[in-house]
Amino acid sequence: MYTELVMDHFSNPRNVGEVADADGVGQVGNPVCGDIMRITIKVVDDAIEDAKFKTFGCGAAVATSSMVTEMVMGKTLTEAAEISNRAVAEALGGLPPIKMHCSNLAADALHLAIADYLTRSGREDEVAEIIGPLPKGDGHEHDVEEDD
Amino acid sequence: MKPIYFDHAATTPVDTRVLEAMMPFFGERYGNPSELHGLGREGRRAVEAARAAVAAALGAEEREIVFTSGGTEADNLALVGYLERLEPGHLIVSAIEHAAVMETAKALKRRGWSLGIVPVDRDGLIDLDAYEAAFCPDTRLASVMLANNVVGTVQPVAELARIAHEHGAAFHTDAVQAVGALPVDVEDLGVDLLSLSGHKLYGPKGVGALYVRRGTRLVPLMHGGGHEHRLRSGTENVPGIVGLGTAMSLAVQEMPERQARLVSLRERLADGVLAAIPEVAYLGHRTQRLPGNVAFTVPYVEGESMLLQLDQAGVMVASGSACASGSLEPSHVILALGYRPEEAHGSVRASLGTENTEAEVDRFLEVFPPIVEKLRAMSPLYHGGA
Repeated sequence: MYTELVMDHFSNPRNVGEVADADGVGQVGNPVCGDIMRITIKVVDDAIEDAKFKTFGCGAAVATSSMVTEMVMGKTLTEAAEISNRAVAEALGGLPPIKMHCSNLAADALHLAIADYLTRSGREDEVAEIIGPLPKGDGHEHDVEEDD
Repeated sequence: MKPIYFDHAATTPVDTRVLEAMMPFFGERYGNPSELHGLGREGRRAVEAARAAVAAALGAEEREIVFTSGGTEADNLALVGYLERLEPGHLIVSAIEHAAVMETAKALKRRGWSLGIVPVDRDGLIDLDAYEAAFCPDTRLASVMLANNVVGTVQPVAELARIAHEHGAAFHTDAVQAVGALPVDVEDLGVDLLSLSGHKLYGPKGVGALYVRRGTRLVPLMHGGGHEHRLRSGTENVPGIVGLGTAMSLAVQEMPERQARLVSLRERLADGVLAAIPEVAYLGHRTQRLPGNVAFTVPYVEGESMLLQLDQAGVMVASGSACASGSLEPSHVILALGYRPEEAHGSVRASLGTENTEAEVDRFLEVFPPIVEKLRAMSPLYHGGA
């Protein structure tokens, strides 16, 4: 049911933990749904110097968290903001349809972390410009990517 | 290393003696039991011998056994077959029924039956006061499973059947997990209808049976040539039925040894998990449970992750998490016991079988705690340990 790449990221997750003195923290999901993803980032010159994750969830939740930290490393904030949940799933070679909703929120967590960084740096006004509408932190939209 | 199979509640391997008994009926003894010639008569004798074996194992009469395609069909035949011939009234089930009963009851509700769902306590035992209070003057049937597939709890079915009868209702029990694992006697239990399945007791998949107490009237779901006392048309699955009969006989003969061995393995596994992993909650009743079932929930960790990690370590178990169940909701059984959704997401079930050994239990106890530790270290909910 999972691709080899998903199983690889699940079994050997990259960048587990929390960045020390994080510049931004983003968390999505809730324990009722069974998935929580928390991403911490270090930002230098408007680029992601380090990203780490902690995830409570199934295989897909762990793998997407791991993948998004890998994808975002070294990217500028604008580039990072363009990484979508769908792009993360595609980078993993796809996810089973039922996992596309609840367990594929890692990019949302990343976007919240970037928004947190901007807010902390007094740049709230750039949030909408760089990230667009913010994803919800405590849950998820069941109509997102419903076509899967 | 040979993988360790701890998922016998899902299905069991076919006992080699059962397979041996079945084989001729795929080969040279292929006759249709409805035919009068030699091959047909041979098939008929085999089916009736299996019926006698199943009846004997349950303390029933031969004519009270109807062969089906499995537990799900037996449950459907019991509920729909019994209620369809009546004017819609009231039906009672427990909150922890298997989907084969729960979804059938909900289908009946859509056809005009009113449905009472009776809660269970934290151990998974039915709330007797709520059960008794659920009966209405037009309650026609109560259905409560004998042993639960998720948490292993065994219900006081004899008492539940007696209460149903006092209220003028018939009683069905889904005994799919119990038959073969525990002594099951339809007279002791006093049930009117009882479902069982071949592949949960070292028999083949695709065969089961419904016990129908003499005088209990059903209408068939499958219409046709009038097989199985007109209750289940369709040419008999002769090899499967022979396998079920053989598996039932073996289960009865070997019951005491199997039970003692499984209880000892179960306790070893349960004690080991509770000792090694902080904050684990044991699910279901500690003693009034299936001999081979151990279920627990591990806080801060999600079940599918544990299941997949264990699989990679060579141990196959099940989980009641949403992901593992292929839906968006965690197990309704664990929620019905009063656990929170996040606890239900972290559940693991090990169901042991006759071929499991102490060494395998010890191997599980060796690999499981580090997996939990690794996943907890990764969990944003966990703040202990480290």
